Amino acid sequence: MPIFIVDGHQVEFKPGQTIIEASRNAGISIPHFCWHPKLSISGNCRICLVEVEKMPKLVIACSTYASEGMVVHTKSEKTIDARNAVMEFILINHPLDCPICDEAGECKLQEYAYSHGKGESRFEEIKNRKEKRVQLGPHIKFDGERCISCSRCIRFSDEIAHANQLTFRNRGDKVTVTTFPGELFDNPYTLNTVDICPVGALTNNDFRFKSRVWEMSSTDSICIGCSRGCNTEMWVRNNEILRLTPRKNDEVNSAWMCDNGRLNTFKFVNAENRIDGTYLRFNGFLKKAELSSAINFTAKKIKEFKSNEIAFIGSAYATCEDNFVLAKFAKSLGVQNIDFPKHIALGDCDDILIMEDKTPNSFGAELVGVKPINNGNSFESIITNIESGKIKALYIIDEDIASISDKYEKNLTKLDLLVVHSSNENKTTALADVVFPSSTYAEKNGTFVNFNGRIQRIKPAVTTEEMDRALDGMNMSRWDKFGTKFDRWMQGRRVDAKSSWNILSMLSLHLNGKMKYDMAEEVFADIASSIEEFKGLDYDMVGSKGINLKIKESIKVK
Amino acid sequence: MSVKKRKKDLNFFEKIYIVEIAKGMMLTLRNMFRPKFTMEYPEVKFEPPSSYRGRPVLVQEKNNVERCVACGLCSRVCPALAIEVQANETELEKERYPEKFEINMLRCIFCGFCEEVCPEEAIVMSKDYELVFSNRNDAIYGKDKLLVQVEQLSDRLDYLRKFKQ
Ligand code: SF4
Ligand code: SF4
Ligand code: SF4
Ligand code: SF4
Ligand code: FES
Repeated sequence: MPIFIVDGHQVEFKPGQTIIEASRNAGISIPHFCWHPKLSISGNCRICLVEVEKMPKLVIACSTYASEGMVVHTKSEKTIDARNAVMEFILINHPLDCPICDEAGECKLQEYAYSHGKGESRFEEIKNRKEKRVQLGPHIKFDGERCISCSRCIRFSDEIAHANQLTFRNRGDKVTVTTFPGELFDNPYTLNTVDICPVGALTNNDFRFKSRVWEMSSTDSICIGCSRGCNTEMWVRNNEILRLTPRKNDEVNSAWMCDNGRLNTFKFVNAENRIDGTYLRFNGFLKKAELSSAINFTAKKIKEFKSNEIAFIGSAYATCEDNFVLAKFAKSLGVQNIDFPKHIALGDCDDILIMEDKTPNSFGAELVGVKPINNGNSFESIITNIESGKIKALYIIDEDIASISDKYEKNLTKLDLLVVHSSNENKTTALADVVFPSSTYAEKNGTFVNFNGRIQRIKPAVTTEEMDRALDGMNMSRWDKFGTKFDRWMQGRRVDAKSSWNILSMLSLHLNGKMKYDMAEEVFADIASSIEEFKGLDYDMVGSKGINLKIKESIKVK
Repeated sequence: MSVKKRKKDLNFFEKIYIVEIAKGMMLTLRNMFRPKFTMEYPEVKFEPPSSYRGRPVLVQEKNNVERCVACGLCSRVCPALAIEVQANETELEKERYPEKFEINMLRCIFCGFCEEVCPEEAIVMSKDYELVFSNRNDAIYGKDKLLVQVEQLSDRLDYLRKFKQ
């Protein structure tokens, strides 16, 4: 590969790469506002000016191609002077809003003002006033004064979301971002602009003023909104999830996620209707019970049915681990009726990220064995067999069957035994004889397999009653590190819940002792040793960005 | 047991003590006619100077709005993690206000960092040194106890203007 020189280091580059890209790959970062690796080059902010030998003037690193033998200085006096001048120029009209600005703490302007700014202003005139708190679309507020006119948001809407909704209006220092007349900024991907806006001009209505960024811990996770499985970061304070942001993964979601995934996939974790502890039906009413007595009761009850009178329902919302243990449990009882319902929203998809399958793990659930065994019944026929009375006992994990349709709800009332694992109260738990509290995807270790056969990891970000942030090696904010039980900011709710695989393995110990797992890793090791596609894998190999399973072409057709 | 030899043996006058007692009495007598420093607290109360760092309080403007914009800097800088702030949106021009502002007086070490870092001069050290509570929960002061009218804090605010850059 050809080589050029940056600050005395030899840097390799691919022909066609710009100075900023090539330097970045070599670990040398050049300040930038308007340049974004996933967007077209605009070259309007000028903060990336660098000195190149034999060129008469400074050049912008984001749109100058690297060439063989080029000598670039990113820290020379001339460069630094230019950078300081650009910073001063940008700050002329920028308000001193950091104390009330959500971006503070993750703001490029703040960072560069700290490292390149003069610390004082020579500008004595009155700053420009522009519109503040403009509602651009359903999720976004815009602050005109904070905008530095980098055009990232406009380019994102055009190039990534394919929705040409934003533009600049006016000129010079009056320039501001606006939607086209009569348009709303309402495409399915708008909130990504909040992430890429280098300043706090665009803010997320849902997260606005909820927390300062340095007060939260962030944990790598996976979105459960659809089978794409966008990589995310989960931001938690006081054991409450406050926001999700996309995490870069070029194999899955590039650097983006959709607004629906971002806003609607975490609130149930902290919802009022979380199931906290185990419930058993006494005299027609669900009453709180000891986990051990519920396990005893369930084990005793299950024995009363013949294996063809029992059915198991897994879930594409649950992890591979949960589903695998469920399938293994069914097998150990000789039950062949096992399946999971699909949640497909026909037509609700695009060629960007959003998929029709609204669950994160359909592929995984199927691979680990949640599908009818031999002549066992599929999901639909399990339901019809309940209606006809052939199936008398149903064991469900993490699915709200009764809410799918009224008919389903009516059928469930015909059962002699209904055992449900659920994280939240719903129509199905209302009908159950036993309700086990299952932890959500934010509270456990596990894996999902996305539509493409890529296996990806989730990690706990929120603690349940039995977990401890420090002992379980979870990410901690400063508050988490130093808080005590007497501090109000440490008293966030922790529900009494367990992973489904954990509950199932306890149940199995009572019934036939076929399974005993203490950690998700152990379950995964079992999956890796017994299922072809997972052969040889462990959590470390899956890593933070996932890995493609070796899927036989025959089952890849979806 | 052998008798230890004293390092310093007393001489005759010291041994009879009378001279020493007289010296002590003289000291007592002299002090009886000096000005007194003790105060008969709580009947008489100590009025600290403006440089005094009593419990931190929030400045409330004349229109009964707090100056604080809930930026959370005091909370971040507090070495004792005594401050918890929860922001929310307000229609007022300042956009943000503290929906909840709590200082745990059992944690506070009266260092004054919160006052120093505040960009709005919204939290200042008062002259109040009387902190009484009988359980942990009462020691957490909310906005009701923290907000103090700006006139009552003018001493401290003037002091800060004079000495804080
Ligand atoms: S709103 Fe943000 S992203 Fe858009 S032009 Fe202004 S500074 Fe750039
Ligand atoms: S595209 Fe799917 S996986 Fe990605 S954020 Fe949206 S719902 Fe979540
Ligand atoms: S530093 Fe000042 S403005 Fe910021 S939260 Fe504390 S008191 Fe309020
Ligand atoms: S005086 Fe010091 S310890 Fe007390 S609240 Fe302020 S910063 Fe914290
Ligand atoms: S980053 Fe190069 S001009 Fe903005």
